[in-house]
Amino acid sequence: MIPAVDYIRILPELVLSIFGIIVMMVDPVLPEQGSKKRLGIVAMVGTLAALAATAYQTGFYGEGFYHMVRVDTFSVFFHVVVLMISLVVILASYDYLDVQSIRAGGEYYALILFGTVGMMLMSSAIELVLIFIALEISSISTYILAGMRRRAAESAEASLKYFLLGSFATAFFLYGVAMIYGATGTTNIYNIANVLHTQQSTLAYLAVGLMFVGLGFKVASAPFHVWTPDVYEGSPAPVVALMSTGPKAAAFAVLLRVLFATGAPGWFWMVWVSAALSMTLGNIGALVQQNVKRLLAYSSIAHAGYLLVAFAAGQQVGISAAMFYAASYAAMNVGAFAVVSHFASAGEKYVTLDDYAGLGRRSPLLAGILTIFLLSLIGIPVTGGFFAKFYVFSAALQSGLVWLTIIGVINSAIAAYYYLRIIIVMYMRDERSEAPVARIPVGLRIGLAISLIMTIYLGVLPGRVLEYAIQGAQDLLK
Amino acid sequence: MNLINSNILTIVIFLPLAGAILLLFFPRRHRDIRYFALAVSLVTLLASLHLPWYLVRGQSGFQFEENIPWIAHPNIHYHLGIDGISMWLVILTTFLMPMCVLISWNSIGDRVKEFFILMLVLETAMIGVFVALDLFLFYFFWEATLIPMALIIGMYGHGRKIYASVKFFLYTMIASVFMLAAVIWLYARTGTFDFVDIQSKIQSGQVAGFEHAAFWLFLGFFVAFAVKVPLFPLHTWLPDAHVEAPTAGSVLLAAVLLKMGTYGLLRFNLGLFPDQSRRNAPWIIALAIIGIIYGALVAMIQPNIKRLVAYTSVSHLGFVVLGIFSFTQIGMDGAVYQMLSHGISTGALFMLLGMIYERRHTYDIGEYGGIATPMPVYATFFAFIMLSSVGLPLLNGFIGEFMVLSGAFQAKQLYGILAATGVIWSACYLLWMYQRVFYGTITNPANTSLRDLDARERVSLWPLAIAALVMGVAPMLWLHSIDPAVAATLRQFSSVVQAHAAHAPGSLLHADFVRNGVQAVLQVIGR
Repeated sequence: MIPAVDYIRILPELVLSIFGIIVMMVDPVLPEQGSKKRLGIVAMVGTLAALAATAYQTGFYGEGFYHMVRVDTFSVFFHVVVLMISLVVILASYDYLDVQSIRAGGEYYALILFGTVGMMLMSSAIELVLIFIALEISSISTYILAGMRRRAAESAEASLKYFLLGSFATAFFLYGVAMIYGATGTTNIYNIANVLHTQQSTLAYLAVGLMFVGLGFKVASAPFHVWTPDVYEGSPAPVVALMSTGPKAAAFAVLLRVLFATGAPGWFWMVWVSAALSMTLGNIGALVQQNVKRLLAYSSIAHAGYLLVAFAAGQQVGISAAMFYAASYAAMNVGAFAVVSHFASAGEKYVTLDDYAGLGRRSPLLAGILTIFLLSLIGIPVTGGFFAKFYVFSAALQSGLVWLTIIGVINSAIAAYYYLRIIIVMYMRDERSEAPVARIPVGLRIGLAISLIMTIYLGVLPGRVLEYAIQGAQDLLK
Repeated sequence: MNLINSNILTIVIFLPLAGAILLLFFPRRHRDIRYFALAVSLVTLLASLHLPWYLVRGQSGFQFEENIPWIAHPNIHYHLGIDGISMWLVILTTFLMPMCVLISWNSIGDRVKEFFILMLVLETAMIGVFVALDLFLFYFFWEATLIPMALIIGMYGHGRKIYASVKFFLYTMIASVFMLAAVIWLYARTGTFDFVDIQSKIQSGQVAGFEHAAFWLFLGFFVAFAVKVPLFPLHTWLPDAHVEAPTAGSVLLAAVLLKMGTYGLLRFNLGLFPDQSRRNAPWIIALAIIGIIYGALVAMIQPNIKRLVAYTSVSHLGFVVLGIFSFTQIGMDGAVYQMLSHGISTGALFMLLGMIYERRHTYDIGEYGGIATPMPVYATFFAFIMLSSVGLPLLNGFIGEFMVLSGAFQAKQLYGILAATGVIWSACYLLWMYQRVFYGTITNPANTSLRDLDARERVSLWPLAIAALVMGVAPMLWLHSIDPAVAATLRQFSSVVQAHAAHAPGSLLHADFVRNGVQAVLQVIGR
């Protein structure tokens, strides 16, 4: 008999799944050719309800379903991050779907909700098999979402590419799970930790390596990053906002559990090399991009690299720095892509740097907002990006990773150049094309306000969130 | 009154920012925006005048302090405070701001709202730099000055504005990363970002490994500040930034942003690393003297007036660095005084150049000649300000240069002799430029019917001219509060020097003698 309290431990997931089903059931009732805005509202209410459920969960820390899920500050932290991401993405999609004449609103919102369920479950599951299932739920949703611009060939390409390579990567992860089961005889994270504590196992090294490959793909860290630019370029912009942050944050959460909670061996150099490679390849790749979506895709590879620096630092400081980074990266990147999705307008025509010329004049408000997100991505003070980088690099220094820090700092300097390029083009070049900018719809306004407030909040008063992250790191290591 | 005293710095810092935020919601009526920006800058000026009024002169240490924990991890405090040095730099900033708004009245016609928002944000950041006593907070404001300035240059500048803006941004940003590294090192070893705490921990030798790292830490801070000053080999961003920037941008760049560099050297390099400052003084002084002479020589041959004035900054700031690293009371007093007077004179020069640019849209000296005939008032103002920049006695430039040179002579005669040539050079290039632009017959028909200064332009110049005169006649008004602050900085040095020269009695006596001498000189100037 499963105690009732266990259901509270998956309450946000339950709530969101129910809302996803509601969206699917309401969809056929609505006129086929009409706008699907009402579904957007249902989905939005769903995420808000799930946020409330997460808040309710904080009174019921503990494990449930025979040690399958665990609610602690760590999982709650990632729940909130993921839910905020999908809230902003839904708000940004609210008018986007009509502008792009995407009629499959029902599937769209339902898949976002189901994907979010997967991501949340990834952060609270402590059973590798459940983690795998959650990973699949979130991945399959995003595979389909990537192909939502059905009339655009590059969208179909993105979807197929993401699906093929993604399945391949998930297989690696599954292999890793099998290996660790072979090595320890259990798939529960904390039981694995107990076994690995007492006995050495060469199989465990192999397992960690394989799982890292699988998760490295999901977070788009080098050398598993090659899919990123193409997929981000082709997918609908709000979906990119989702997949560049949500599944990434969730996969980082899994990686934190797999690497640190199990006390797994042999990950250090793997993470070190991957971090250095991701930062360098991502930033150098971004330098030459003309398409803003591709540029931000390379930048997201680089940011995965910074995050892995915190992983390499390890221990409590590193974990909390990684969590803080994931949160502030989510805030700024979702915001940046939301702005891009609006500029792109029908058919996503305007996505090159040239189209952005003179934007500061045509739409001062949006250009100003994008500037703040870009400054945050550079890591300028008063924005969350600054403290995120600050915590990561000081954690790395505390762990004595001097060289990795130097590589990281040099990379941040390189990165400043290409983010700055967008700002320069927006404000200091005169417009060449007459790309019109529509009024900002209400949904997007709210979404942008949320990510803007979060970005600034994390840059001015990072204390609360960081303390929560530290708490989460302690819970994770317990 | 206590309530005001304990919050005045926050008020002064954030008044402009509050104005900028209000401005965001203003309708795009240019006149209202300009008047509002002017009002905000005037109110800020009034608020900042509270500081010299209530500053207790004799008291050592920082005043009007505010110290509130801001972030727990890492241990960052919102710690503000001023002494005689930083107070005048704050006043300089708030004093110039209304003038900058006035000077931009007509010259900025496009994207007016954005311009004044950027200006006000910049003011907040600049004031923050001068009053922050927490290293992290300092870095925070330091970086925050960067973006508005880069945008002002890039959006409202002329010619190769993008190039200039990016160059300015990258130079400063990359240099300040080294400072951040040094700050983080200090934090890792001391557990605090607080300037006063770190200073006392270093003095009492509680920082593990400080001896080995001191040179690199010193260098980390030094590079960031030297780029900003700019010191000789790192100065190449300055002419570009100045020439392409709009007038108000040039004024603030020359008058305030460069002072952030010299202020940083004085406060942080000397304050935290007295020993290293002594050791590295010879090559820094060498660079400063090279800067004085090189800047002057390069200025002389410039065909572009604005570029010429930009290079004079390299030369004049060389004096400031020389004064700071002379480690004499009078030299350092003079350095601080020179910072203020350079702010007034060069700020005014850039404003004057902006006025002529509005009329003729060129800075080319060859385009002018005989301007004094159609524009007598302008020519008079220009002559007055130029003479104050040259260092004519009874005007502000003289006091600073004189004190720096006496300090340099005390430190080492050679320094004084070399640097003194800079005074001659500055007379050469400015007077020659003046002659070519203002005297003679009008050669270019475009110049025959130039309109003389209107009321707004005169209003924006009078305060600066008066300030130049008062600073030249009654320097004690300023030196009264600068002197104790400099003495406090020097006191740490004497402790270091004592430790070094314990076997050389008489060094203290010598210091006393010098101090008395300084007092005598100051009194002569003061009367």
